[in-house]
This record gives sequence, C-alpha cells and structure tokens, in this order.
Amino acid sequence: MLAKGRVFKYGDNVDTDVIIPARYLNIADPAVLSTHAMEDIDADFVKNVRPGDIVVAESNFGCGSSREHAPLVLRENRVSCVIAASFARIFYRNAINIGLPILECAQAAEAIQTGDTVSVDFDTGVITNETRGETYQAAAFPPFIQDIISSGGLLKSLKKRGV
Amino acid sequence: MAMTMTQKILAGHAGLESVCAGQLIEANVDLTLANDITGPVAIREMEKAGFDSVFDRAKIALVMDHFVPNKDIMSAQQSRECREFAKKHGIVHFYDVGNMGVEHALLPEKGLTAPGELIIGADSHTCTYGALGAFSTGVGSTDLAAGMATGKAWFKVPSAIKFVLRGKKAPWVSGKDLILHIIGMIGVDGALYKSMEFSGEGVAELTMDDRFTICNMAIEAGAKNGIFPVDERTREYIAGRVDRSVTEFAADADAEYDEVYELDLSALRPTVACPHLPENTKTVGELGHIEIQQAVIGSRTHGRLDDMRIAAQILKGRHVASGVRAIVIPATQAAYIQCIAGGVALIFIEAGAIVSTPTCGPCLGGHMGVLAEGERAISTTNRNFVGRMGHITSEIYLANPAVAAASAVAGYICSPEDIK
Repeated sequence: MLAKGRVFKYGDNVDTDVIIPARYLNIADPAVLSTHAMEDIDADFVKNVRPGDIVVAESNFGCGSSREHAPLVLRENRVSCVIAASFARIFYRNAINIGLPILECAQAAEAIQTGDTVSVDFDTGVITNETRGETYQAAAFPPFIQDIISSGGLLKSLKKRGV
Repeated sequence: MAMTMTQKILAGHAGLESVCAGQLIEANVDLTLANDITGPVAIREMEKAGFDSVFDRAKIALVMDHFVPNKDIMSAQQSRECREFAKKHGIVHFYDVGNMGVEHALLPEKGLTAPGELIIGADSHTCTYGALGAFSTGVGSTDLAAGMATGKAWFKVPSAIKFVLRGKKAPWVSGKDLILHIIGMIGVDGALYKSMEFSGEGVAELTMDDRFTICNMAIEAGAKNGIFPVDERTREYIAGRVDRSVTEFAADADAEYDEVYELDLSALRPTVACPHLPENTKTVGELGHIEIQQAVIGSRTHGRLDDMRIAAQILKGRHVASGVRAIVIPATQAAYIQCIAGGVALIFIEAGAIVSTPTCGPCLGGHMGVLAEGERAISTTNRNFVGRMGHITSEIYLANPAVAAASAVAGYICSPEDIK
C-alpha cells in the first residue's frame, strides 16, 4: 500500500482537544464534525487539505482525551497517513483500530517540513521526501497489528477470526 | 521472571503464568465503561460490524456525564442513543441524570471497580482506578465496542516507572500537588506507553482521594496506567461497596523498572500547572500576580466529599472576589446529597459561588462555565490545553481545591495561607 501527498507539519504534543475540540463532540455526523479538524491550531487546515495529504508532527501526537473522533476527522478529511516522532498511546490504538495509517519515525518527523511532497510505502516502512530527495525508515508493525490493519480495522479482524 | 504489579494483573487476565514488557496479549476484561460522548460512537461501530449482543450485561457501565443535563438537542440525541442501547441489552449499570456522577468518581463509589481487576473505558481518565490496585486504562470507541461485544481487549504489556514515596504532606498539599510535581518533572510524555507504579512508606500518608487524583492524571504524563499497592486504606474503602471476592496483587521485589524516582512528600508545596500543558508546573509561591475570572472546584479529579469540605473550610465566612465566577461541582449524586445535608452547599452559595448538579461540563468546555476570549480560570480539573475550557485564547491554571478556593476569594492565584 502506498500513500503520497503534501505535508502539513506540526510540533510537539498536538492534543486531541485541538485535533477536534470538545465543543463539537455533540455532532454525530462525521462529515460535519470533520469540518472542524485542527481549527484551534490551524484555522485553514480544512480549507487547504487535499485527499492523500499527510500530517507530520513531532513527539506525543494525539495526547489527551481518548476521543476516537480525532483520528476519525483526519480520515474523513482524506489524510492518507500521520507520521510522528511518537504518538500518545490511545491515539495510536484508535488510529490502527479505525484504519488510519500511522508511522513512528523521529528522523522523518524532524526533517520533513510543511509543503514537502512525501510518499510512504506501508509494506516496507520507507518514507520518501520527494521535495528534499531524502528517505527515512519507519519501524514496521508487528504481525498482530498488521492483521488488524489489513482486515480493515479491529472489529472486522475479530469477525474474521470468528470471535 | 519478576513482574511489576501491572504485569501480574495482565498475566492473570490473559491466562498466562508470566508476561514481559513489549509482549502483545489478549486479556479478559472485568468491566468496560463508556460515556455520552464515546458511547454512541462505540454503539454504532458495534452494530455496524454486526455484533448484536454484549458479552455480559452486568460488566458494562454507561454513564451519562459529559454534556448532561443535556445542553442542546444534539447532546440529547447522543444520551438517547445510549439509553436505548442500555434498554435493549438490559445493561445493569446505566447511570442517567438523577443517579449519575462523573464516571471516574462514580464507579469506585458504586463498588464497580476493585483491586486486581482489569477495566477499560472509552475515556482517557479511566486510569483513575489504579488507586484501588486495579489495572485500568483508557481506550477509544472501537476498542470499547470490541470489549462490550467480546469481553476481551488487546494490550502491549508495559514496562514501568517506580515512584517511591516517603514523608508526610504539609498542610494544604494534596495528591494533586504530587502528580503535578511529577508531570512537571518527567513531562507530558515522560511515561509514554508505561505504567507509573507508586510505592514506599509515604503511600500510607495518602488518602484514597489523593490516590484517585494521582492515578486520574497518570495519562497526563502519557502513562498507560497508574497504580497503587493495596493497603488497609484500600480495604477500608471497598468494604461495604464491593461484595465479590478480590485478588490483591503486589509487584515482585526484584521487578525491573525503567526508572526509579524517590519523592519526599514533605517537600511538596501547593503547585499549579500553567497554560497550556500540565507539565508547565510552578509552586504557587513562584507565580507572580495572576488574576482570574473563574474558579472551578470539582470534576472527576476533585469532586469527592473531602475535596468539597476542604474548599468549604476556606470559603466559610468569606466571599468570592468581585469579578470572579466560582463554580462548585460535586462529582456524584451521593457527594451532592452529602454537600446539601452537611451544610457545605450553603457555605458555597452564601460565599457567592454556585453549586451544580454533577457534570463534566466546564472541564472540557462543554457547558456550565465556558470561558470567553482572553479569560483566565483556576480549576481543579486535569487538562489545560489550548481551548479546553472555551475560547482558544482563554487560559487554565490547574490546582488543588484549597488553592482554587483561596484564589476565588482573593481574585488572583494564591495559597490558602495568603488570604485573610
């Protein structure tokens, strides 16, 4: 599986309250909810993001609340992948469970900048920065997690296993 | 192989003799929890995936607490969705307006969480129950849907950081000051993916409320869970609340820890976390003159009766400063009743504060005290992120109930010793 897009770059500790503010959590329709993605730290994100674009951040991306609405609004905005130096653990689980690809790679998180064009090969974990002519290697997922992703999420993988 | 307390609980629930850090396991859960925000997402995911029954209707808790009493039509729809699901599946522990409480204060009070148990909740502060010697951790709605349907959850076994406590707290210092001090020391990702295990003779000096507050905020250091050893205080707390048999786990003496910190409780001073991260800590004495427009006392971090009594002790015979709105929120219906019956509520109201029915409300900028542009609050809640309580330029300082009450009286952030 491959992804390619332009990068939106953020810093450390991007919390789920800024990815999707709690004041919108009474909205049930994901399409409406997603129009508020990232608005407290990047008011133009929803206006500028295109299908396939990639979010890159430094450490502890997705810290704070457990709201699954956070990876959901990124997926709804057709973000193809999130790359960070590290993820908060609940966001990490949630992204895998709903099928939003994420990669941990400190080198990529440091080098990639807003506006760069980046492609990602999920099978090998290789991240290519086409703008800067650089490549970075992310760690591959363990087989257990690969199975969740390839099944299309946690619930589908459980169904497949007949649980 | 030697195990931490957390690892022992996980091994026990996975049917394994032992586990080690980094191992992926599937474990049985004793309780799953969701609220009026995360519940509807989990319910829809569960139904969409074709799961039409729950694993055990007595091991699922649904608590309507975030946007209740419902603040608008959309919130009301979400509560209704949970209510209908609870009715359809005969969910035993469904808590609605009139018998609810803020989830993490309510579940221990009702005896739904006990030492040695494994609890997952679609709320990041589910880590609170570690105070009782349980393994509990926050998950998302899809994990919760899987938990409700199958009674199982997957985990990567965490390594741990050990905090050895000694000494006695000074007056006006609480568990909040200890956990803020720790987060200031190790940072908001200082315990990422790890357990925070507390031990040492100082544990006996901490009340159950202190321990709940400390474990509640373990997530603010990125931790998977926070956990206390089981002692006489724990047993006293669960007596009369928990009627099932419990298993007490203890860390092996030779368990390995990534890091060990020794902390002297007597050295702690009332501490605040400045905007916009819980790691931006200072003692009250180190702050300059910080005026406030709102004080929030309550929430799942500090809405228990003892917290209310401490705040009342300061507000009794005094008045909230002009220009400050003081909002007091007992965390559960039982705490609310005790506040009224014991006269504490009247102390607050006569001091010019308001007393709300239990709700998460202002903690996440939902309702009951949302901040305008540029406004500043002192709050006993657990997060001070950008926009958390309202406008993105508003500011939150996190503190213990005594500091919040004293600041409400003074109109600026101060210690109880600073007010007349």
